[in-house]
Amino acid sequence: MSIVENFDLYAPRLVDKEEYFSAGHRACQGCGEALAIRLMCKALGKDTIIVNATGCMEVVSTMYPTTAWNLPWIHVAFPNAAAVAAGVEAGLKVLRRKGRIADRDVKTVAIGGDGGTFDIGIQALSGTMERGHNVLYVCLDNEAYMNTGIQRSSATPFGASTTTNPAGVASLGKGQWKKNLTEIMVAHNVPYVATACHSYPIDFMNKVKKARKVDGPSFIHCLSVCPTGWRVPSAHAIKMGRLAVEAGVFPLYEVEDGKYRMTYRPEEIKPVEDYIKSQGRFRHLTPEQIAPIQERVILEYNKLLDKVDNLHSWEELLQD
Amino acid sequence: MSKRIGMEIALAAAEAVALCRPDVIAAYPITPNTHIPEHLSDIVAEGRLDADFICVESEHSAMSACCGASGTGARAFTATSSQGLAYMSEVVPIVSSMRLPVVMIVGNRALSGPINIWNDQSDIMYQRDCGWISLFADNGQEVIDMAIQAFKIAEHRDVMLPVNLNLDGFQLTHVVEPMEMPDQKEVDAFLPTYKPFAALHPDNIVSMGTLALPEIFNETAKVKDEVLKDSRKVILEVWKEWEERFGRKYEPIISHKARGADILLLTLGSMGETAEVAVEEMRKEGVSVGLLKLKLWRPFPFEELRKELKGCKALVVLDRAVSYGGPGGPVFSEVRSAMYDQAERPLIINEIIGLGGRDVPVSDFRKIIEKAAQALKTKPKEEYEIFGVRGS
Repeated sequence: MSIVENFDLYAPRLVDKEEYFSAGHRACQGCGEALAIRLMCKALGKDTIIVNATGCMEVVSTMYPTTAWNLPWIHVAFPNAAAVAAGVEAGLKVLRRKGRIADRDVKTVAIGGDGGTFDIGIQALSGTMERGHNVLYVCLDNEAYMNTGIQRSSATPFGASTTTNPAGVASLGKGQWKKNLTEIMVAHNVPYVATACHSYPIDFMNKVKKARKVDGPSFIHCLSVCPTGWRVPSAHAIKMGRLAVEAGVFPLYEVEDGKYRMTYRPEEIKPVEDYIKSQGRFRHLTPEQIAPIQERVILEYNKLLDKVDNLHSWEELLQD
Repeated sequence: MSKRIGMEIALAAAEAVALCRPDVIAAYPITPNTHIPEHLSDIVAEGRLDADFICVESEHSAMSACCGASGTGARAFTATSSQGLAYMSEVVPIVSSMRLPVVMIVGNRALSGPINIWNDQSDIMYQRDCGWISLFADNGQEVIDMAIQAFKIAEHRDVMLPVNLNLDGFQLTHVVEPMEMPDQKEVDAFLPTYKPFAALHPDNIVSMGTLALPEIFNETAKVKDEVLKDSRKVILEVWKEWEERFGRKYEPIISHKARGADILLLTLGSMGETAEVAVEEMRKEGVSVGLLKLKLWRPFPFEELRKELKGCKALVVLDRAVSYGGPGGPVFSEVRSAMYDQAERPLIINEIIGLGGRDVPVSDFRKIIEKAAQALKTKPKEEYEIFGVRGS
């Protein structure tokens, strides 16, 4: 049972009332990404600088002369949010050391979609993580290039139909599996890596708060439902996120100093069909085509559980 | 007190940049500029400069990190060449549009392909329309002076634009010259701490780099154009102050025995020094020839050029880059456009020389001057030529 069941009861006491990502932005109805940002900002608080990669969120939030951001915010280009964040972090560090800005901890947080993170931004992301900048990177993954009209990315799931790998008589949609970016981040040996979803708001905000405290790089991979691109009704955005987790397609876990931990473990894993059957992007799939997806989901889920059960933290490994 | 030094110019450039107390340096290695960031990292490692040196994983990230750092109000610097500049080129026009006073030194090198690590100016010409102030140095002393001037110009409240300072790869970067290096006190007196107009900090919330719809985009372009043109006034002021403090004079076009000469050469970068030798020799032989050295490429000094060309009969524009399928070299194209509507204009000839490190000795400049003297008699059609192509 997740705490989200009693959200109305708990929310006023658990969540910052301040709105840092204000209403009136131009995101689509039911946008999971906009919700994720709103929750993320509440967890981060005011001493935060946001570095935004080009994408839906930059477009919908800052049409000149308006801005939805009640936090300092910078956007430069598509592939470089992590590199700009590295510069912001370095600038703050030096100016604070030299006494030219207030002597206060201000967190640099980069955000990007799956295109700006998994694909075109992965080099800058890897560089920033490798160099150990005190930057939290949050990937708001809606599983395709939604801003340009639902094109395939390396985060698009197997079998999904997009505008650049459409399903047809000679195509089942995307023919490759989703890249496991979270594992790539873990391989950078950063102190904190987590997956999250806006449909589990308290879990997501707790992870953001944890990452904020890390004095070094951290990464959160947030599945963000895009009703427009997934071809689901706007009202189903939260439900879809929950189904992704409950079907084991997108497990919620964190890796803290090398130690894997499930932050939500469904008692029973739902069939993958429950998750994909109501989504227009998978509508074309036959039961025969769904079978290997089910098999892969179970394999990946068990691979993760294997790590959770068997891998030790860095501290434990040093003591052995 | 300034000190007389003998040093490789790239190292001197790094020393000059360090005197400007940059807060953040982000750079990626590429020949032939590499010695500049390398030496800056030495200076930081020696504890002589309090800066954050970010060894980024690409030039794209170098310029991006400078952009972020400058956004916080830090003084940011990078250096690159050729492919590196091309690789960062997505970010280059964004920096000027965001009015971030980043300073970049470019050790000019030919743009591939074919791949070639030696000097020409095709790399910076590829960035011509990126909205930056663009300066060219002829020698080591000018590199030192202009590097320090660059920060002051860039950060001036009426300018707030990035500056690129160009020096020819190898011909300048790797050459040891005697130079005068100002001391820290002199530079501190000339260049105050950068005070940003707006900076990323929770104490003063701003959104930087927002989306401009078609309704406002024309206006942003006009502002960018006007601000860059207006920066001329500040550039001239800064150069005047430099002359008063350090005794070395800078002008958008430096004229060398140009007054009254029938034939003029117009150069950009280190070739000016070699051309000067040829001009001296041929003047002694009775040829009426002079030299103009272009120091300020953007904003382009239209007024100064027209003034310098009064009475000139033939102008040879020397380019170190080609605008393929276009009018010839980029400097030529600019000069001809500047002179098009003038009642009196010289015959304008374009010689494209020294591509990809091809040596341009004094004898080549002599040939070019002789050709211009001949052209004055034959009045050929104004055309460009890639000089010294084998077999032609």
